Amino acid sequence: MLYIPGNNPAMIQQGGVYGADSILLDLEDAVALNQKDAARSLVRNMINAIDFYDSEVCVRVNHLSTPFGLADLEAIVPLQPSAIRYPKTESGEEVAELLQIIEKIEDRHNLPHNKMTLHAMIETAMGVQNVFDIASKFDRVDAITIGGQDLTADMNIVYTPDGAGIDFARKRIVMAAKASHIDVIDTVFPDVNDEEGLRRETEYAKKIGFTGKAVINPRQIEIIHDIYTPTDEEIRKAYRIVKEFKINSAAGIGVFAIDAKMIDAPIVTRAEYILRLANVTVG
Amino acid sequence: MKPKIAAQSGTFESSDVIFLIEPRPDNSGRKLEISSTVMQQFGDNFNRIVAEMLDQYDMTDVHLIAKDKGALEPTIKARLETAIKRSLGEQEGTLK
Repeated sequence: MLYIPGNNPAMIQQGGVYGADSILLDLEDAVALNQKDAARSLVRNMINAIDFYDSEVCVRVNHLSTPFGLADLEAIVPLQPSAIRYPKTESGEEVAELLQIIEKIEDRHNLPHNKMTLHAMIETAMGVQNVFDIASKFDRVDAITIGGQDLTADMNIVYTPDGAGIDFARKRIVMAAKASHIDVIDTVFPDVNDEEGLRRETEYAKKIGFTGKAVINPRQIEIIHDIYTPTDEEIRKAYRIVKEFKINSAAGIGVFAIDAKMIDAPIVTRAEYILRLANVTVG
Repeated sequence: MKPKIAAQSGTFESSDVIFLIEPRPDNSGRKLEISSTVMQQFGDNFNRIVAEMLDQYDMTDVHLIAKDKGALEPTIKARLETAIKRSLGEQEGTLK
């Protein structure tokens, strides 16, 4: 997910060419306070006029407690981007209130309530504490994300490259997402010149369960894709597992072996996930 | 109708356009000063968009200065809309 400042036309119009899975047009932290109206108008005009190719388009609005949040929703919800990303989400009640406002706007524009989804950003200690409520109670919440910089600020700690201060939060957020069967996106890696650091952090994020990572510079996309894209060997192995599973299932056999290793349901599930990522079907 | 106050929007960055709008005396009409790095190729289109948007907001007595650095149509519309709304004092959602 590539962050793009909402008040920068050059970056917005080029946003789709870098191959990011999704782009996030940011009306929040990337926009100066005295340019919020300009960014809102720019994103509203650009969103349906620019070809973002295969990238999903999300818009990060300002929080409803700011003077900008409601105006952002009024401008963006009628355009129905893939998702609205809501910052500093702290409770299920807050999400319910937000969805009510979104649905009222959709009603006024005769829009369905089930097209655009909501990504909740967890960026405060309170949000981390309430993350399962946020992730599990609402059909429209299809992803949660961690905002590392804001979270460390809220915790009065310094963000360090090893991520020690937010490690508990990361794992708690991942677990809430897994229990709710939704996506979970890791925070940005702020040093665009430290490619090794980005690789290390992304590998760790993948290892603990994040399904993707946000980036602030197109240069970072290739490394993220490299780590998250299954290797040829993984795909071949997964294909073999699923194929053998189908054959064995048809014969009424639930557990079988490949190369002397036991294959059971969890391994098949993992193999199916890899094939979905690789867009491969087993005939 | 005419602007209440002088206002501007946009930047001098590439692919952007900066608009400055200010009120003119009643019944004095529009005064447009438009320059663009791509005037020869897209000047007609730029002028059309400006005229249409000023019509849309019924801006008659207005002095408009535009410096275009190759902005696309949605950018031109967004920046002009922002400048007009700012000049009308309609800055809802924006800190002044």
